[in-house]
Amino acid sequence: MKRRNFIYLTGVGAGAMMLPNLPSFGTPIDPAEALKQVDTRIKKELADAALNTAKSKGASYADVRIGRYLNQAVITRERRVLNVGNSESYGVGVRVLVNGCWGFAATNDVTKDGMAKVANRAVAVAKANARISTKPVELAPQQGYGEVSWKTPIEKNAFEVPIKEKVDLLLACNGAALTGGATFVNSSILAINEQKYFASTDGSYIDQDIHRLYPNFTVTKTDPATNSFESRAALSVPCGMGYEYLTPSESEKVHGIVTRYKQRYDMLEDIKNATKNTTEKITAKSVEPGKYDLVLDPSHLWLTIHESVAHPTELDRVLGYEANYAGTSFLTLDKLHSGNFHFGSKNMNVVADKLQAGSLGAVGYDDEGVKCGQWDLVKDGVLVNFQAIRDQAHILGLDHSQGCCYAQTWSDVQFQRMPNVSLQPGKTPLSVDEMIKGVEKGIYIVGNGSFSIDQQRYNFQFGGQLFYEIKNGKIIGMLNDVAYQATNQEFWNSLVAVCDKRDYRLGGAFNDGKGQPSQSNAVSHGSATSRFNGVNVINTKRRIG
Amino acid sequence: MPLLSKEEAQTLLKKVLSYSKADECIIGLSGEEGGNIRTALNQVSTAGDIGTLSLSVSSTYGKKTGTASINEFDDASLEKVVRRSEELAQLAPENSEHMPPLGPQTFAESITYNDKTAAITPEQRADMMAKSLEVTKAANLVAAGYLENGTDFNAVMNSKGLFAYNKATNVTFTVTTRNEAGTGSGYAARGFTDVSKLDTYGATKIAAQKASASVGAKAIEPGKYTVILEPTAAVYMLENMFRFDARSAEEGRSYLSKKGGGTRLGEKLMDDKVTIYSDPFNADLPASTWSREGLPHEKTYWIQNGVVKNLDYDRYWAQKKGVKPVPGPSNIIMEGGTASLEDMIKSTERGILVSRLWYIRMVDPQVLALTGLTRDGTFYIENGKIKFPIKNMRFNESPVIMLNNVETLGKPERAISVESYRGYMIPPMKIRDFTFTSLSDAV
Repeated sequence: MKRRNFIYLTGVGAGAMMLPNLPSFGTPIDPAEALKQVDTRIKKELADAALNTAKSKGASYADVRIGRYLNQAVITRERRVLNVGNSESYGVGVRVLVNGCWGFAATNDVTKDGMAKVANRAVAVAKANARISTKPVELAPQQGYGEVSWKTPIEKNAFEVPIKEKVDLLLACNGAALTGGATFVNSSILAINEQKYFASTDGSYIDQDIHRLYPNFTVTKTDPATNSFESRAALSVPCGMGYEYLTPSESEKVHGIVTRYKQRYDMLEDIKNATKNTTEKITAKSVEPGKYDLVLDPSHLWLTIHESVAHPTELDRVLGYEANYAGTSFLTLDKLHSGNFHFGSKNMNVVADKLQAGSLGAVGYDDEGVKCGQWDLVKDGVLVNFQAIRDQAHILGLDHSQGCCYAQTWSDVQFQRMPNVSLQPGKTPLSVDEMIKGVEKGIYIVGNGSFSIDQQRYNFQFGGQLFYEIKNGKIIGMLNDVAYQATNQEFWNSLVAVCDKRDYRLGGAFNDGKGQPSQSNAVSHGSATSRFNGVNVINTKRRIG
Repeated sequence: MPLLSKEEAQTLLKKVLSYSKADECIIGLSGEEGGNIRTALNQVSTAGDIGTLSLSVSSTYGKKTGTASINEFDDASLEKVVRRSEELAQLAPENSEHMPPLGPQTFAESITYNDKTAAITPEQRADMMAKSLEVTKAANLVAAGYLENGTDFNAVMNSKGLFAYNKATNVTFTVTTRNEAGTGSGYAARGFTDVSKLDTYGATKIAAQKASASVGAKAIEPGKYTVILEPTAAVYMLENMFRFDARSAEEGRSYLSKKGGGTRLGEKLMDDKVTIYSDPFNADLPASTWSREGLPHEKTYWIQNGVVKNLDYDRYWAQKKGVKPVPGPSNIIMEGGTASLEDMIKSTERGILVSRLWYIRMVDPQVLALTGLTRDGTFYIENGKIKFPIKNMRFNESPVIMLNNVETLGKPERAISVESYRGYMIPPMKIRDFTFTSLSDAV
């Protein structure tokens, strides 16, 4: 996650930066207003004004994104509401192709006059850049869909739920943590609604209404005598769902040494468990470094998949487009074309999916008007595909884009971002208990913690929330100061077992950063609990004077 | 429209304030205009030209506050956002930590704005990038680069009479150069308030030299080494430490917390050579002269000769603790020494020169234990000379421990953090016992 994007997405955008963190609660935006969308007829007229201007100024292709972005952050600390940040952002971004070169401009002046001006600016930028570019952009053909729409299949719009209900839930959670012995507790609910209208010279007019929700908390317990403190964050999943996610359901709980959740989340129960966990962590045994068999819960493994599989299979990284910022990839076109590059063991099957229900990355169409779908990235351990957009498709020999284009707001240019990328569950029936029974010396890791990976995605280090020592097939206690280091291919080739689909769950990143200027993307990663043998575990404990 | 003058901002804010019916009202207004150009594979990949303007209104009744923001500026929208914040406030619970807004304050004019930078056009951006591409094409290297310029303003007005305005310009250039075989890589980052100081050709030359010199890297054993961190490397590591918040320290959840309770204010935490301060009038790194709470920014020492000199106290926490409020750092300047990078290399018997660090993340906040890797030019030093390029390595280290192990500091320069893109004044530094834990084959 890139810090400046985090600031943006928590609703404390540039306009609010000068204001103190003020507490408040109430209906954030009049529900009728939050639900009210700009009339598509008006958006079509505005979009056509920009497209026509761009064409008249020499653009061979142009697209327009009119976006209305509603963000809401309800943030509490202990028994106080720290902030209710409601932001609304409305504007337009125009992208044009002139003389084989891209140009982009954005404005919040969403009028016919504003459209003409912003299209002119985009053309001027393209012309300026065409002077120093020698290789024209090759754009994969794309059919126009006419006037179509798509909406996240939600049951309850989070913006319709009174703030009081959210505050009551968060303060109840905080109260439970404090009663349970926590020293500090922060909790929050973030809701996002992207109302996006896309139009292009291909003849598409696509209206989408996208919803995402992220409940989270951090419980901290301090021990002044030893000047130490331990924290545990929520095991919630940021999701592409409505407020129904926060309606607890027994059938969506995964019971074990700690309870985890599928498509419904019991925040109150989780925070009670988290409070117990922080107390346990303070006195947990510091890990003995060495080789361990790791049993990784989906609440942890999603981040490893994200960093070590999803990012390296982004074609722009493979080609070097991210070399100056987010990094490149150890994967190459040669490795793909060889057809026998063993990314991992035969148990590794990874699928890209832009339509997965409940996921953060689910949309009907991407941000250059391509209808979304799913495809294999790794099959039986072999690399079989990458992720591409319209101006990259020809590089893979494809006659169409894979629909991986996204921009975080109307004011950002769209570029290649990852779809939901998930490890497929094992085909042989296998439960978590059965998996643990087979481990002699191992660590069971739940929840994601610190993460770092090199610029070609070889060498990585991951922490976690909870670490449990496994000896001779049994969990014998909690560990602390655990991080594992591995090289990418070696790690995935050590994948010896994946639990079956009964244990399949999503995790996800709400703010994944990439690009210059850096943009944030939300994406989910699914898996079932998986076992990796012989991974190097280090002890992270340090002391300062 | 995105950039309003002080007078225009004041007029707009007064109009918005006139709609307010609350006991207290604080309005923030900010705008930005700028553009960018990005290259990859020695070609322009994307470019943009963007302007945004945004308004936030915070209304308070008693100790109940609501905040709302908007980026539409017709009179109806302006009144709507005020009403929305008031509706929120009416429904809010009382905030026991509410502080009434400050009255009128006097702020010195900042030196953050430069006309030439504000006037940059898409053609100028393309020309500056073309100069960089000249270098990489001539050297048969592949460049991925980025140039971004922006002019922004921030203004705040409240119902107690406070008004503050600041306008600033910035231009940032970064470039990564790699050989076609992908076996060598170099990097340079530059950031200025005044664009006339930016030399994209010269910066790319340095990145190109690193790329060529880093080909054929050898593996060495991880372990503890003396390292020479160039400012670009040091700044990314230290950025994680530039939080001097008194409250979290007193609450026992900061590296500045004291065993048994309290803070480490007044304690010697680092080497004598370490002095870190903020100063909005630093000519190389100017900053706004007022804080988000409406307090004036003044030159403030955070660490002086290794001793924790100040912690930042927001107005509520300062009142509770009976001390003067101290706004957080407006910028960060670390004092240095006189040694050049060459001097540091000459004086090193065995060590590692680090050009850039990468993907740094917190492992343990109690001691600010961080992990990350070297990147884009890592070299082994023996008997005062660079001997050969080495493969990149992962470190697990704390910036606090690192600043206890300072051997030599060079002259501070404006360095850009490769992740946040913020600028800092940071010297090159020679550090002993820096902990590397594994090797990476990444180039």
